[in-house]
Amino acid sequence: MRRTMLFVPGNSPNLLMNFDILGADSVILDLEDAVSPAEKDSARILVRSMLQTMGDTGCEVIVRINPVDTDFWKEDLREVVKCCPSMIMPTKVGGPETVKQVADYIGQLEKEYGIPEGTVGIIPLIETALGVENAFAIAGADKRVRAMLLGGEDLTADLRCKRTKEGNEIFYARSRMVCAARACGIDVYDTPFTDVNDMEGLRKDAELAKSLGFSGKSSISPGHVAAINEIFSPTQEEIDYAHEVMDTIEEAKRQGKGVVALRGKMIDAPIVNRAKQVIEMEEAMFGGVRQ
Amino acid sequence: MEIKKTATAGTLESSDAYVVAEPFDTLEVDLTSVVYEQFKDEIISQVKAVTDALGVSKAKITINDRGAVDCVIRARVETALKRAGGEM
Repeated sequence: MRRTMLFVPGNSPNLLMNFDILGADSVILDLEDAVSPAEKDSARILVRSMLQTMGDTGCEVIVRINPVDTDFWKEDLREVVKCCPSMIMPTKVGGPETVKQVADYIGQLEKEYGIPEGTVGIIPLIETALGVENAFAIAGADKRVRAMLLGGEDLTADLRCKRTKEGNEIFYARSRMVCAARACGIDVYDTPFTDVNDMEGLRKDAELAKSLGFSGKSSISPGHVAAINEIFSPTQEEIDYAHEVMDTIEEAKRQGKGVVALRGKMIDAPIVNRAKQVIEMEEAMFGGVRQ
Repeated sequence: MEIKKTATAGTLESSDAYVVAEPFDTLEVDLTSVVYEQFKDEIISQVKAVTDALGVSKAKITINDRGAVDCVIRARVETALKRAGGEM
């Protein structure tokens, strides 16, 4: 379960050494935009050194690498794949070929380092119009793809429109990405809300993302983590109902009944699936995400 | 690895270390630290571990430590040495 994905700059020891106590289910250690070109080497060595030392913190680690049209991405992977992060985040992914390119190199490195094949997953960052249109092909490009993330800031620049707090300009992109991800059976995460002081705006934005089907939301501020976690967590009422559904189903099986109702409503497959998801989230909420 | 030029890594921010590596006839470590009295030996041993791993036997390494943990010290020394050795 990932409700929050918190971006942490890859060249800031002060933030890196505390990433596991900030409350996020996942952290995205950033080697891209948060690091100046002159410090790329320094950041990837620092991230590798931190990960080798910290071991399993219970907080999932994702590493955002530099775009494949730069000289940096292969060196990024060479340093961090040996630490077995849960996923690598390639940026500005416009089509399935970029995913394949990154997946192939991760595969080479896993072999070189003696890591079981498929250990390191991929979460493509979709932040261009081309990427949004190719979302389904990207989601299904490789078995390493476990989730996708929408990047609203770069996307709106590419769309040549203004990024607003209401987010009407990215409504289509959000819907298309959710549909593409769900069609491929993977998770999908929403873009960060960038006004770190507007908590009301954050809550509205996160609630909208949840209502559209996103699995969780990324953040650039530790101060946003608690609110996002709360919004993407099932309520106690939802948890109780989910257990009631599963208990009713079990009882019906024991009695040999084919069709059952709860609170006057027939329990069908979608309701059972939803109940299972809620119970999975309830179980995961107390243990972070490790795959 | 041969140290060919002077190079730096890190910052003077809290929890970081600023490292200068430069050519020298022997291996010398000059350490300034906010926790010098408590952790001098530990920090020097971290630096030695990096020089041994990279095969550096001649260099002057100047460290201004601002309370960095071991893995940060190692990372900053490694970066400075690789930059000074022309590997980056």
